Amino acid sequence: MNKEPILQVRDVTKAFGGILALNRVSFDLYEGDILGIIGPNGSGKTTLVNSITGFIKLTSGKVMFRGKDITGRPAHKIADMGITRTFQIMRPYYSMLAYKNLVIPLFSPRAKRTGGWRGGGKLGDRDTVSIDILEEIGFERDSYVPYKLASTLPTGYLKRLELARCLALKPEMILCDEVFSGLSMSEIASMIPLIERLQMSGITLIMIEHRLRELFKVANRVMVLNFGEKLIEGLPEEVIADARVKEAYFGSEEAKEVMDHA
Amino acid sequence: MEQRRKERIDRGVKVRSDSIYALMSWRELSYLTVPRLLLIIGMLILPLVVTSMYWQRVISIVCIYALLALSFDFLAHYTGLVSLGGAFFIGVGGYLTAIFNTTFGLPPLVSIPLATVFGAIICTVLLLPCLPLRGVYFAIVTLMYPLVFARIIEAMDILGGTDGIMGIDSFSNRWIEQYLVIIVVLLLLFGLRRLVNLDLGLIFRAVKDNDQAVRASGMSITNYKALAVLIASGMGCLGGACIVHIYMWTGLSLFALDFSILPIAATVIGGAGTLVGPVLGCLILVPISELLREFGTLRIVFYSIILVGFIVFRSEGIMVYGQRKYHQFERWIKV
Ligand SMILES: Nc1ncnc2c1ncn2[C@@H]1O[C@H](COP(=O)(O)OP(=O)(O)O)[C@@H](O)[C@H]1O
Ligand SMILES: [Mg+2]
Repeated sequence: MNKEPILQVRDVTKAFGGILALNRVSFDLYEGDILGIIGPNGSGKTTLVNSITGFIKLTSGKVMFRGKDITGRPAHKIADMGITRTFQIMRPYYSMLAYKNLVIPLFSPRAKRTGGWRGGGKLGDRDTVSIDILEEIGFERDSYVPYKLASTLPTGYLKRLELARCLALKPEMILCDEVFSGLSMSEIASMIPLIERLQMSGITLIMIEHRLRELFKVANRVMVLNFGEKLIEGLPEEVIADARVKEAYFGSEEAKEVMDHA
Repeated sequence: MEQRRKERIDRGVKVRSDSIYALMSWRELSYLTVPRLLLIIGMLILPLVVTSMYWQRVISIVCIYALLALSFDFLAHYTGLVSLGGAFFIGVGGYLTAIFNTTFGLPPLVSIPLATVFGAIICTVLLLPCLPLRGVYFAIVTLMYPLVFARIIEAMDILGGTDGIMGIDSFSNRWIEQYLVIIVVLLLLFGLRRLVNLDLGLIFRAVKDNDQAVRASGMSITNYKALAVLIASGMGCLGGACIVHIYMWTGLSLFALDFSILPIAATVIGGAGTLVGPVLGCLILVPISELLREFGTLRIVFYSIILVGFIVFRSEGIMVYGQRKYHQFERWIKV
């Protein structure tokens, strides 16, 4: 269907001192897909997000976005191209009100160019647009929540705020680093339709998750990282069926459970 | 045992003043404007009521320090860059205006704005490599700049060397001198307060709060830090340019540590992050410091003691305390 991948990652390697956090990782991502990335703690998932989005410099390897080499570009330039990311450890502006947190990305050159969020035409009043985005992402519009200090928001809202910051830029890709972790089952359930909506609107997603059952529900493809190396990549069913994955990551109990539900 | 807790509640007049009612009632209107008018009128009548020549000069010096303190407060509390470069800004602005005035024969009212603009650009370009540094590292580097410049001028014997540059024009009379610096301080104070509440000011605060999130939002933190440094160093250079025309002399003492340290002490005393506080801090500290002039450089010990005292005992500063008392009342409640 798609000829050229939106994102090509080639032999990406990152060494921290002697530790190889990423070792020659390569994969392609096609427009509109959701790629799930799983792997035990310390397997290099966050490092991969940092590498693609320019938050760290690669030791070697290449990252291409729509056929253009973006390796080594500064993080804000990459975000400006539409490759956005959330932070595993949430990074809101704690001293500001929740909706003011979104005025900042709406001030960016990209938001001004694209019209922000829904795109098309003029950006409009930033405060109003912020509240619109917050509503889209699951903040109750007429409640007091958008007007609370970010430092007083519970984890669930802060995770949504991370996604909202990406949306404000009208992104082409969102790299989600564990947006479900720390959330309750019902909170996750309420976010899945949102993820599906984002995919429907044409946004390509990478989702790093530990909650396999939920991840396998939304992901088109899954990649497994282990000790910085790509173990396997394929359709969710293929990944679950792979013996190495069962051994290295799932543990027999959980794998069985996931298989039953996938 | 029964426990009690102090509770703070916004005054009714404050709550009403936050809304549209403020425009409809004298009480609310004056609640909002009286503190501002007090400061403005107070500053404007100072030159009229102070008769001694010596203390008239002190008023001007207060304003120079107020510019530095404003610049420090803005950089530290709205963009997260703790700068000890006050002396550097003063020195660059001072030497530039001296050159414009003596070499090119420009009158003070032309050379001061020129020194402000070019000084701000020079300081920003020179500080550009340090912008990625954070916290105490940025502070240390900015402290080195004035020392380095003073030593270069001394060692290479340029720009008048240790003698400095003399024969600089003064202002045509004391009224121009004093009202110029006072009005500049007031304009910049209210201008900065306006700026930090604009969307641009929000970005500055975002850079302080969480620079990685700003990068993830597609904005260069270096650009915004540079813009903040440009504004702050411009204010310092303006102060330096004024002081040179006041004393009709420029020299190595423009790079003195006082210009870096006193504004910080004034900010701590006045209330960090309020912008008004640092100006008040200077109005208190600079005259006291003048009274202690006979102790020479021992005055630094005095600032240090005040600084330590305030940090240890009442760290919030006069303005923060005052604003709280003005806007809220306290009562004891049973828990
Ligand atoms: N800034 C850093 N400096 C040194 N080592 C790091 C740094 N960031 C990550 N690492 C190391 O790289 C490895 C991968 O980490 P990370 O990408 O955070 O894993 P994951 O997100 O999969 O849990 C870990 O061993 C971690 O200790
Ligand atoms: Mg991680």
